[in-house]
Amino acid sequence: MAENKQLKRVDIIFSEECGFKEILSDALKMDNEKIVDELLNSGLRGRGGAGFPTGMKWKFTAQEKGDERFIICNADEGEPGTFKDREILFKVPYKVFGGMAVGAKVIGAKEGYIYLRGEYKFLLNDLQKHLDEFHKTLDALDFDFRIHIVTGAGAYICGEESALFESMEGKRGEPRNKPPYPTVSGYKGKPTVINNVETLVYAFMICRLGSEKFKELGTDDSRGSKVFSVSGDTPIAGIYELELGMPLQDFVDEFGDGDTKAVQVGGAAGFCVPRKKFKDTVIGFEGVPTGGSMMVFNSSRSMFNVIHNYLEFFEEESCGQCTPCRVGCQQLLLGVEAVKRGDKSIDYLDELLKLSQTMKLTSKCGLGQSVANSFSSIVDNFREEMIY
Amino acid sequence: MSDTQEMVKQLVDAHGSERTNLMAILQGVVDQERYLSDEAITEIARQLDLSAAQVYGTASFYSFLDTVPRGKYVIRVCRTITCDMKGKRQIIKTLENLLKVNIGDTSADKKFTLLETNCLGWCHKGPVMLINDNAYTDLTPEKVKEIITDIKHHS
Amino acid sequence: MINLNIDGIDVSIEEGKTILDASRKAKIKIPTLCHHEDLCVAGNCRVCIVQQEGAKGLVAACAMPVHEGMKIHTNTMEVRRSRKHIIELLLSEHNADCTKCYRNNNCELQSMANQYRTGNEMFLDLVPEKNYTIDQSSPSIMKDDSKCIRCQRCVRTCENLQAVSALAVANKGGKMKISSFFEKPMHDVVCTNCGQCINRCPTGALIEVNNIDEVWEAIYDKSKHVVVQTAPAVRVGLGEELGFHAGSRVTGKMVSALKRLGFDSVLDTQFTADLTIMEEGTELLTRLKKALVDEDTSIRLPMMTSCSPGWIKFSEHIFPDFLENLSTCKSPQQMFGSLAKTYYAQQRNLDPKDIVSVSIMPCTAKKFEADRPEMRDSGYKDVDHVLTTRELAIMIKQAGLEFMEMDDQKFDSLMGDSTGAATIFGATGGVMEAALRTAYELVTGREVPFENLNIMPVRGMEGVKEAVVKIENPVEAWKFLDGVELRCAIAHGLTNAKKLMQSVKDGKANYHFIEIMACPGGCLGGGGQPIPTSQKIRDQRTKAIYEEDMAMPIRKSHENPDVTKIYQDFLGEPLSHKSHELLHTKYVKRERY
Repeated sequence: MAENKQLKRVDIIFSEECGFKEILSDALKMDNEKIVDELLNSGLRGRGGAGFPTGMKWKFTAQEKGDERFIICNADEGEPGTFKDREILFKVPYKVFGGMAVGAKVIGAKEGYIYLRGEYKFLLNDLQKHLDEFHKTLDALDFDFRIHIVTGAGAYICGEESALFESMEGKRGEPRNKPPYPTVSGYKGKPTVINNVETLVYAFMICRLGSEKFKELGTDDSRGSKVFSVSGDTPIAGIYELELGMPLQDFVDEFGDGDTKAVQVGGAAGFCVPRKKFKDTVIGFEGVPTGGSMMVFNSSRSMFNVIHNYLEFFEEESCGQCTPCRVGCQQLLLGVEAVKRGDKSIDYLDELLKLSQTMKLTSKCGLGQSVANSFSSIVDNFREEMIY
Repeated sequence: MSDTQEMVKQLVDAHGSERTNLMAILQGVVDQERYLSDEAITEIARQLDLSAAQVYGTASFYSFLDTVPRGKYVIRVCRTITCDMKGKRQIIKTLENLLKVNIGDTSADKKFTLLETNCLGWCHKGPVMLINDNAYTDLTPEKVKEIITDIKHHS
Repeated sequence: MINLNIDGIDVSIEEGKTILDASRKAKIKIPTLCHHEDLCVAGNCRVCIVQQEGAKGLVAACAMPVHEGMKIHTNTMEVRRSRKHIIELLLSEHNADCTKCYRNNNCELQSMANQYRTGNEMFLDLVPEKNYTIDQSSPSIMKDDSKCIRCQRCVRTCENLQAVSALAVANKGGKMKISSFFEKPMHDVVCTNCGQCINRCPTGALIEVNNIDEVWEAIYDKSKHVVVQTAPAVRVGLGEELGFHAGSRVTGKMVSALKRLGFDSVLDTQFTADLTIMEEGTELLTRLKKALVDEDTSIRLPMMTSCSPGWIKFSEHIFPDFLENLSTCKSPQQMFGSLAKTYYAQQRNLDPKDIVSVSIMPCTAKKFEADRPEMRDSGYKDVDHVLTTRELAIMIKQAGLEFMEMDDQKFDSLMGDSTGAATIFGATGGVMEAALRTAYELVTGREVPFENLNIMPVRGMEGVKEAVVKIENPVEAWKFLDGVELRCAIAHGLTNAKKLMQSVKDGKANYHFIEIMACPGGCLGGGGQPIPTSQKIRDQRTKAIYEEDMAMPIRKSHENPDVTKIYQDFLGEPLSHKSHELLHTKYVKRERY
């Protein structure tokens, strides 16, 4: 039985440590290979949810031929229950810009973009002011790189990297077939690095801290720390930077209200962990990964309402192009309603579970593939709540 | 040239006439007119050498690029489960009573449109709503009344 | 070459190809719906999923590039189960009233569902949720959203092949649908009625407006004299619907069948195709004379052909400043229509009001064309009903005719005789070739300097073709053309047409004469032709057309004796007052938006 312990609070992302310009100028003087090696050694993996090693992404893109390439900051934070990127962009935008500049140096990009979700448009004016300042800093350092901010317009799927490129190209945000991957063919068909807001800040800070320091945190599979967005039935909802690899039980002990029934880890696209599995669940790539969303539910909540809410969300936010996702989401949503009403027998839930597995196997992108995560973890663990 | 055509032309001049600028132009129109009219889309298509159906198809993909007339103030209440748990329904009821509209509708004076939307990214401070671009958090029925009264006064 | 293994079979294939390509090489059939060889890859229906060893989940064979050492399994339990689910999901959104459906027995979804022995009761029926509508506004194309499986083939056809984009994808999630601009009726948008979307729709979501019942009614009405004309491309396409392989020439059987169906007179659009050459050829030479000799700057060159109603509507929408470049000649269908109720009526001593004029076309835009208000020069609607090749096949089946067993008969006389030049109207480059065969001979007194009259440079499937014909030693009347190099261009498919027109518009091209056909391959690839279509099928039909030409005793339009006769007895000469009245038309500017 795991020992109950205080979770380790970390202060890398939001630390208002002075000397930002120093970090930047030092990093821009570093050898590209050295930067990539540091990132690889640090074990930093993408903080948006998918967890691709950041150093590899930069390395692959740098290796591609062609004169034009881009670095893009994915600030289309749309996963229900996630709100940390907003806070990062609000509090430490210059660190995000810094990460982009270092990435641009490594891959040889002259242009970078921040794709800011439409829901965060109120951040735009301040961000632009900070950006103008940042550009002056770059000029002073004689580094040829410019960042542009573009805004989304209310489409969750645009957080999927290839859908985001489509949107930036003035099209419907429909995910592309992969391969080719963005490192080969991204925005405008050019080699592109696309990183989450938080990832860029870590990459930037690793240039400062060194990979060894970063590696001291976390576990073998999940190095470092991560910013968590905690919401739901918790007395202390908010944003916390914590060491990765914690047992969920420790998290619940610290953040729960004493009556926690389940935690949805990773948003609507993530997994629902019931009380009986808190102890055996590790938060990290070796266990249940998360882009940061931690929704806490106490025993007063109906898990039917929870999955119904998620399914309504997916049914609406699916791009609609591929069959399993477009029709599958509608069938799951109407299916759980029909079972609840008694129009369909309880066994129909098993048909729906099989369907969700087909969606996982056959959908074109991560959205359709991940619907089964919450669906099966909720239906399996709270089956009786689906019926009565 | 009508006002709408003039506005589209200015946006195209400012952003450029390549398709990569389509989103910015569509958003520019919505900022000013709150929705994309037949005329606006037609003009954008003309200026960007696209078909009107292509522009319409793109716009209709995005929840914030409305293709039906909206009020001066578009209210979008977050419908995610966490906001729901913190009293979203009461907030909507309050707004429906205050504005005398149902969810999805625009008030008779064309001032307010009341909509639901997906996660706004303020789950620790729910319930939450956007009014045009601005976020209002930790809502209570009382707070909503104040906000709406304030807007009504100022316009 | 990339080496991979599919279901235990080793395959080598060029880099850049997909698993689907490789599987075809290995003679393994992976089912597809959104894939169409004429179109770019979509990868959205997901029925072609296969298992790739080492990959997470299943991969779409149509969209996954091959790589060295790949091991693929196309028929595992997981693949089959998933594919069945996907078919069932599609069926749950689909209004499966198969027996009434126009595409029954030729529906890709239906045959796939049948292979998997499944139906639409596995999941909840979503059709009642959807408020589906049927758009019947267009005289050519009917759009039934309840049959749509959202594969987007039509959208890609309209955008990639035709550069029109009257159809686009709208909305997202469960509300995603194929839509016109603001869901306006098809009649009110930029649709050219070409029907290429119909040819590529896997189900019955897009079909031509059916006029079969009106034609049966006319046939049964004893007070009516029903004449029928058949376009060149029909005779090399119709067989595909009735048991023949693609590229079969069924002219004689078609004529027999039409007679058996009860038409009073079975005539040939090819007669007026020959007439078109006389009128259009003379028009070209007249324009050249005015431009080159009289230096009349009001004369517009290049002159462009006007036989293809899809192309006409396209130019009215997209290139309205070039309407004067279009030949004023009506299409052969409409020339036939106005003559049927004037010349033919007169010769046969019939009251034109008792004549019902029917045409069988490889085309859906012809339905729109016949409805144009300009097309009433006989004092009546010149062409009453237009049927596609497919509709004719249905009539033949309804009548219980054993088409394959029928004997060959000849067209009736008076507007039934034609030449090989008229036959090749059905292929891209054919109008150009026919015009050159006649114009060159009129101008020089000699046959065109190509072996067997076959002008090879204007043939073939290249998107835009060019040819130069130098005129030497012309006869006295055309002396001014001595040494002139007649520059010609040909485009088929509206994307190619747009490219060609743009170069003309930009002043980058300097042609005298341009032939444009809206459909890929020309009329033989028309929107009213048998489904499916593919490059191979179009090639086979093309081959048949040129064989038909070679088999004709007369192969030059000006040598058609019926044409000579109509000028003697009725029209006078090409571009006469009477032919202007009956055989020429004008065009209208239309909004692009």
